[in-house]
This record gives sequence, structure tokens and C-alpha cells, in this order.
Amino acid sequence: MPGDVERFLYHEARLLDTQRYEEWLALFTEDATYWVPLEHDQAEPFETSSIIHDDRTLLELRVKQARHPRAHARLPLARTVHQVGNVMLLGEGAGEVRVASTLVLVEFRAERQRVWGALVEHRLRRAGAGFRIAHKRVDLANSEGELDGIAILF
Amino acid sequence: MGAFDRERLAMLVQPDRVHRAVYADPAIFELEMERIFGRAWLVLGHESQVRAAGDYFTTRMGRAPVIVVRHDDGSVRVLVNRCAHRGATVCTEGRGSTERFVCPYHGWSYDRAGALRAAPFESGYDKGRLGELRLHAAPRVALYRGFIFASLAATGPSLEEHLGPAHASFDDFVDRAPGGELEVAGGVFKHAYSGNWKLMLENHLDGAHPAWVHASSVAVARGAPEPGAPGEEHYYDIAVRQMRQNGAPDAVWEAVGIWTTPFGHGWLGDYHNDDRLVAGLGNPAFAEYYRALAAKAGEAEAKRILGVTLWNTIVYPNCSFMSQFRQMRIVHPLAVDRSVVYTYSFRMKQAPARLFRDTVAFANVVNGTASWVLTDDLEVYERVQRGLASGATEWVYIGRGHGRDVEEPNGSRRGGTGTSEVYIRAQMRAWLDYMTAGA
Repeated sequence: MPGDVERFLYHEARLLDTQRYEEWLALFTEDATYWVPLEHDQAEPFETSSIIHDDRTLLELRVKQARHPRAHARLPLARTVHQVGNVMLLGEGAGEVRVASTLVLVEFRAERQRVWGALVEHRLRRAGAGFRIAHKRVDLANSEGELDGIAILF
Repeated sequence: MGAFDRERLAMLVQPDRVHRAVYADPAIFELEMERIFGRAWLVLGHESQVRAAGDYFTTRMGRAPVIVVRHDDGSVRVLVNRCAHRGATVCTEGRGSTERFVCPYHGWSYDRAGALRAAPFESGYDKGRLGELRLHAAPRVALYRGFIFASLAATGPSLEEHLGPAHASFDDFVDRAPGGELEVAGGVFKHAYSGNWKLMLENHLDGAHPAWVHASSVAVARGAPEPGAPGEEHYYDIAVRQMRQNGAPDAVWEAVGIWTTPFGHGWLGDYHNDDRLVAGLGNPAFAEYYRALAAKAGEAEAKRILGVTLWNTIVYPNCSFMSQFRQMRIVHPLAVDRSVVYTYSFRMKQAPARLFRDTVAFANVVNGTASWVLTDDLEVYERVQRGLASGATEWVYIGRGHGRDVEEPNGSRRGGTGTSEVYIRAQMRAWLDYMTAGA
């Protein structure tokens, strides 16, 4: 079982790093949420802003924007390397597993390289032999810092 | 002072063009820090950030780190965050409440007015000298309807004179809150870009840019599912509506009103009324808000308040805000080609709680560091800065609508059409006034 979860997370990272965003989007359930909080230990996304807080519709708009011929901040798309580690099962029940992991991400675009670090939590829903993502939370180490524009997916 | 005397500075700013040095020359930037950010009234924040005696937050005035603190006598003080001894900052970045600011280096401690109250190993220092030392305080601090302004110059125009007719935008901001109560809430976005500080201020009233800069977000929003009818709202509605709105036809942007003042302020109007307002459309929270406003202000006054159709306002040289969405952006220059913008959301304290959720959602879409909209603005600022770094071409053209500006009786000047670059010309005129005052 842990092996299945790890393989799934690696697969997700691989889709992002090879810019197969539509396939990545298809990993999410219809009721999925994707959340990159603004504040450390942020409790909820409605009373405090978020770097990203998307339902499935908004997440799809992000993927579509990445393909638009006049998406200036995304032309060219950044190259990324997602290094997923420290995978731990947090809990299980009701057909879902909660998984913690760490993310170290290298981003390169326009002669600039950035490194991101994040604590990640997935809520994975069992779907046939595999999983779909019902919720993904990415807590960036520098979420409260002064950040240049972000045009990548974590 | 040599290189940039009055005559030379005046040559850089011409009626319909500006020399690239204004954006790219580090020597000009140094002069701006002294003559603009060292003199002008700057917007620092809002009194809700320093409610009780001892409450403080840190920010910047130009490159100077400052502490905004509520003094025991109820006044707001602005202290330069720099120990009078060896120069360390005495307060870590952020906010809090304190009796004393204590330097981590040798324990010098200062009260809420910046007076030195203790210096360990006191006998080692000359008494007279110690008596002279304190945290430097901004000599002028003033509030306008709860917004905190400060100037590092002891003399200059009053805040009232500085704001001129631009006070109406602050009035609109406050009047929209039932009972006039606003508070900073919902987190602070801090977005940085490798470009000059002026580029942000020159973008926010530019009705000709959304169709190009924001083409991709307009296109994806047009392809999105329709926002929900009343009672069937979705989380994504505000995002989709706001992004679509940037794709308004050219004729709409041309018909928008645009005004400027001699101090470089500017604002857009005649665009958003509450039928078009993304937060207002079919929104039961908005209807509830209207009832709360009418209960406080009366029906007629509520209608008048919501009939004010101001949109983005620039308060030169460091602030841009949207009264209708309760967003305020403050730009901090870091270097000639590096800036950071702090974005604040405001809650109307007596409005229905769920209306603030719209503010948060709106902030995420428009001002979020990873938003569909802002990221393309930042990309363009950086591309302008790259283009201006080279002397291969000297001039920046700011001539859209030039020759069609209209003088208004209250000292403001209006663009002939909504997409006029009159606001950049006004900012440049103010820039030159600041830069040559006393030169």
C-alpha cells in the first residue's frame, strides 16, 4: 500500500515536470480543491487570502492559461523538477488516504533559477486500482515572504 | 550636486516622452529616494493595524525601515527602525504590541515615541550625547479618514493640500462601510518584481493594457462555465467574472473617466456601478450588505454612496487602491530595477461576514502572487525594465491622448478618453516637481 501511494505521487510529479498538465488535471476528482496557503498554519481559505485556492473549475483555467499563445508569464513555460520525499501515511478511512510529503522544487525560466520547499498534504480517493486527488495542500516555506510572480504548478 | 541639476532633470521629462534614465539610472534612483520618498507624503497603512497603545507594524518609507506605532497618548508615531547606537533594526519585521523597542545588539531600549529609556553600561557613554540620541521619528504623520500617512520632511504641503480632489476616493472607500468602519484583514500579499517602482503606478490606470497583457486570462475565463444565478453561486464565480471584465470592449475603456492632480494622483471612474460590480452581481451577500448600509446611512445616502463609480485610484508616489473591492497596494522601491508591492484587503466591520469572503476571493484572483492576472502584469514590468536597460534607444513614449487633456476647475486634469496616458504625464510632472524642488 505505501508503495502504491509513493508511486502515485511520483507519477503526479512526473506529469508536472514533463508539462503534461492536462493529464495532471485528470488526476483530480470533480470536487477537488487545490490549496497553496498564504499564511503559515493557515486554518481556512475563505477569510484569509491564499497564493492559490482553486476548485476544479479554476484549476482547469490554470492549465488552459498555460497553453494560451499570449500567456506572457508562461511563455515559455518554466522547466521544473519536483523532488517528492518523506512520504508518510497520516490516516485512512471512507475510501480516502491522507498522505504527507515534502517537496523540493527547482524552477528555471528566463535565465533565473528558483528553489522552493514545501510541506505537502494529499487526500487521495481510491478509484479502481489507483487513486485520484480529492485535496492537495502545499505549504511553501516562504509563503509569507516577498515573492516574484508564480506561474508554475506545485 | 553636479550630474543632475535642474536643467538636466527637466530635459528627461518632456510633454509626450520620458528619458529611459528615469527608470534605469541608479543615480536617478538615489535622488528619488532623497527627493521623492524622503519628502512626499507616503501612505503607510490604516489605523486598524495599530488599534491600542503599543500596537505596531513594520513597513518602509522608501528604503528606510520604519515602525508605525500607537503611542500612549493615542497618536500614531512613525519611527525609523534603526538603533541610534550602532544602527541595528530594533524591531523584527511584522506586527505586534510592545512597551519598548529593545535593540538586540547592546540592549538600548526606546519607548513608543522613540525616546531612549535605557542604555546598559550607561556610565561608559557621555551623558549629554546619550540625551541627544533617539529613534528618528518621521517629522510629519497625519491621518485621513483612518489611513495613515507620513513624510520624512519637516516641511511641505499639508496632507489636505497633497491629496486635493483625490480625497474623494478615500471617502468612497470609507463611506461604503456601514458605520464607516474598516479594518485590514485577510493576509498580505507581497509580490516582488525586477523593475522600477514607477512601472506599477503607470499600469493601474491603463485601460489599453488589459486586452493585451491579460488576453490569456480573459480567454480562459470566457471559456469557463457560466457563473451561477442568484442562489446558485459557485466559488469560482468572482474569479471568472473579474477576468472576463478585463476583456471589456475598447469602447468601454474609452468611455471611462480618468482624472489626475498636480501631485501625480489619478483615478478612473464612470466604469463600475454596482450593476456591473463583480461582487454585486446577483449576490445575496451584496443585497444583505445594502440593507446594512441603508440601515446605518439611510436609504437616500446609501444610494448616493453606491452611486459613486470610482475605480482604481493612484496616490502618488507609493499607493494604489480600489475602494469598491477594498484592496490597497503599496509599492516599496528596493533598487532602480527592483520593487516589492504589499497588498492589503479591508473588511467592512459592520457588513455581512460573507461579503468579506468575496473580498478574499477577489484578492486571490487579482493580487495573488500566482494569480492568472497579476503574473502577466509582473512579466510585462520586467520586460519593460529589460528593454530600458540599454541605451540603444533613449526615449519612452507616453503620448497616448496627448493634446486632448482637459483642464478641470479643481486643479485636476482629465483625459480626453479613458485610455489616455494623461495619468503617466501627470505622474511625470509631479516627479519633476519633487526632483527639482530646491535643486
